[in-house]
Amino acid sequence: MTGKTLYDKVWDAHVVGSRDDGTTIVYIDTHLLHEVTSPQAFEGLRLAGRSPWRRHANLATPDHNVPTTGRHMGIAGITDTIAKEQVIALDDNCKEFEILQFDIHDKRQGIVHVIGPEQGLTMPGTTIVCGDSHTSTHGAFAAIAHGIGTSEVEHVLATQCLIQQKSKNMRINIAGSLSAGVFAKDVVLAIINQIGTAGATGYTIEYAGEVVKQLSMEGRMTLCNMSIEAGARAGLIAVDDKTIDYLRGRPFVPKADQWSAAEEYWRTLVTDVDAEFEKEITIDGTSLEPQVSWGANPEFVCGISGRVPSPSEFEDSSKAETAQRSLDYMGLIPGQKMVDIPIDRVFIGSCTNSRIEDLRAAAEIVKGQHVSEDLQAAMVVPGSGLIKEEAESEGLDYLFKEAGFEWRDPGCSMCLAMNADRLLPGERSASTSNRNFEGRQGHQGRTHLVSPATAAASALAGYLRDPRDYM
Amino acid sequence: MEGFDQHEGLVIPFDRSNVDTDQIIPKQFLKSIKRTGFGNYLFDAWRFLDEGDLSKTPNDRQINHEFVLNDPRYQDASILVARKNFGCGSSREHAVWALMEYGIKCVIAPSFADIFYNNCFKNGLLPIVLKEENVDRVFEIITKKKAVRMDVNLEKQTISLDGGTKYSFEIDENRKVPLLRGLDEIGMTLDHVETIRAFEEKHKRSMPWIFRNEEK
Repeated sequence: MTGKTLYDKVWDAHVVGSRDDGTTIVYIDTHLLHEVTSPQAFEGLRLAGRSPWRRHANLATPDHNVPTTGRHMGIAGITDTIAKEQVIALDDNCKEFEILQFDIHDKRQGIVHVIGPEQGLTMPGTTIVCGDSHTSTHGAFAAIAHGIGTSEVEHVLATQCLIQQKSKNMRINIAGSLSAGVFAKDVVLAIINQIGTAGATGYTIEYAGEVVKQLSMEGRMTLCNMSIEAGARAGLIAVDDKTIDYLRGRPFVPKADQWSAAEEYWRTLVTDVDAEFEKEITIDGTSLEPQVSWGANPEFVCGISGRVPSPSEFEDSSKAETAQRSLDYMGLIPGQKMVDIPIDRVFIGSCTNSRIEDLRAAAEIVKGQHVSEDLQAAMVVPGSGLIKEEAESEGLDYLFKEAGFEWRDPGCSMCLAMNADRLLPGERSASTSNRNFEGRQGHQGRTHLVSPATAAASALAGYLRDPRDYM
Repeated sequence: MEGFDQHEGLVIPFDRSNVDTDQIIPKQFLKSIKRTGFGNYLFDAWRFLDEGDLSKTPNDRQINHEFVLNDPRYQDASILVARKNFGCGSSREHAVWALMEYGIKCVIAPSFADIFYNNCFKNGLLPIVLKEENVDRVFEIITKKKAVRMDVNLEKQTISLDGGTKYSFEIDENRKVPLLRGLDEIGMTLDHVETIRAFEEKHKRSMPWIFRNEEK
């Protein structure tokens, strides 16, 4: 018998049983909620007269819609009346169903995928779901974590289970070591470029290899976060000392009496040496340079020293057509050097890159410098109130503000531009977020996905830039 | 949920791959706390030239006449045929709600993104995975001058175009049956309450730290 993958192990520990139709009932340990995809699920519960199966399994926070300024005013500070109604609905639903919420006034409020790990609620060997596709982030802690739709949010609330089909196993080995100025974000962009936006559809990805071992937990979260951009619902990484060290002492982790049992179990959460993967690829980390997206989907990526490709370079005709559409939308011409592309706004934030390490990397570059006069704006949006506090205690806010950045309050912000933070039509951003779809950051806005260091260097220059030139 | 058995309707040739859910229903419409009201904003940034928001009705809008949904031939169409990786990106179920409220009953593509595919079945929208060469052939037929009608039969797992072209498609039995019958998923799972409770007790013994809140 062959061994088990990490995914197999966690999956097997959560199989409740089978339904009459042969599907698997899987137990969900932790359920995260936010204001956008939950109101219809709570309404469904009410209509059916149901209540949450295990209310303590849930944690809610408003993140998608909240403004990143004027937060001392709380809900009264939300000027968009429809957004305000949604944030109030989350408040009301959490009160009615007795669900723990870090509300808009709470300094623990933040992007749902940032606060789960930060609170130690994201634990190895657990199943975690949320009505948001970037739930894959939590996989960095050897958890099976993935996004679900609103019907499934209701299903989890009512039954603490999901009806699932097991994914196939895929391993991505990242060999070598990253050079200075190259980060987890560059690795994941290079992976999506290589395997495509549907390259891992139907799979759970395990990230492994020397580069993954060297990455911090923050970097691992960035890697797992964008699994969905490669088509995989979930990505995960084995437990090691870094996982344990990160979790120790956080509010929701096991207390002293249970810690050693938990740690002992968590350390078994690695893929067996004789386990088999249906698909396996290897990427060389050593040769990677900082990456930047040029198109309107996250597989259209190249190195910062590269040029905008010509659609005719793509053999697949549908890809060539999508590339042409991308160039038209992005206002780029084949052959243009990436570093010759001027930008209007810089966004450092999102569940991909808003953690303390991301802010430190960006601050290191902008320290003592000033953003280009040609920029419309550059902003930093920390992932949570606690990260904001930590960054301020390190003086990072000062470095950013001196350099001409706006220092904002936590939320999803310009990653998806549901609040007031957005690109105007035709504007171009260097953004540390995860999606460069048409209109994602604002109607007719143009997004270049980059690492925090690349975003910071680009802010200084007013053009896309290699951060290594500023280090 | 309303079930899906058989449907006959006009086909829209939606000749794009990697259609993401941000395009199907842009973010400004996700602020609604209801399940309805999204149909008017389906593919908003492509369908209209002006930027939409929840206060605008179709009568206030500047129509993009080059977009396929605005082609007079495809008004009242209910079957959408697209290229690969349809529904990628955000998990927003609003994308399915918007398609259905617009009148789409069935989407056909060579492949779908996982979460979108899953969301379809929770709402009675049928996503059909059809082999790429067959999708190519369907496009050849439906992009001719006149709009084409199609008959979709889930029970028999077939699609038939005007003029006789017919293909069969694969679908998991455990997806097909609940959709055919319009079954309540939550109710089906709650038939297993005892099994879930028993699992939970066992799970609590092996990983008590997951349940630590309950002890307070």
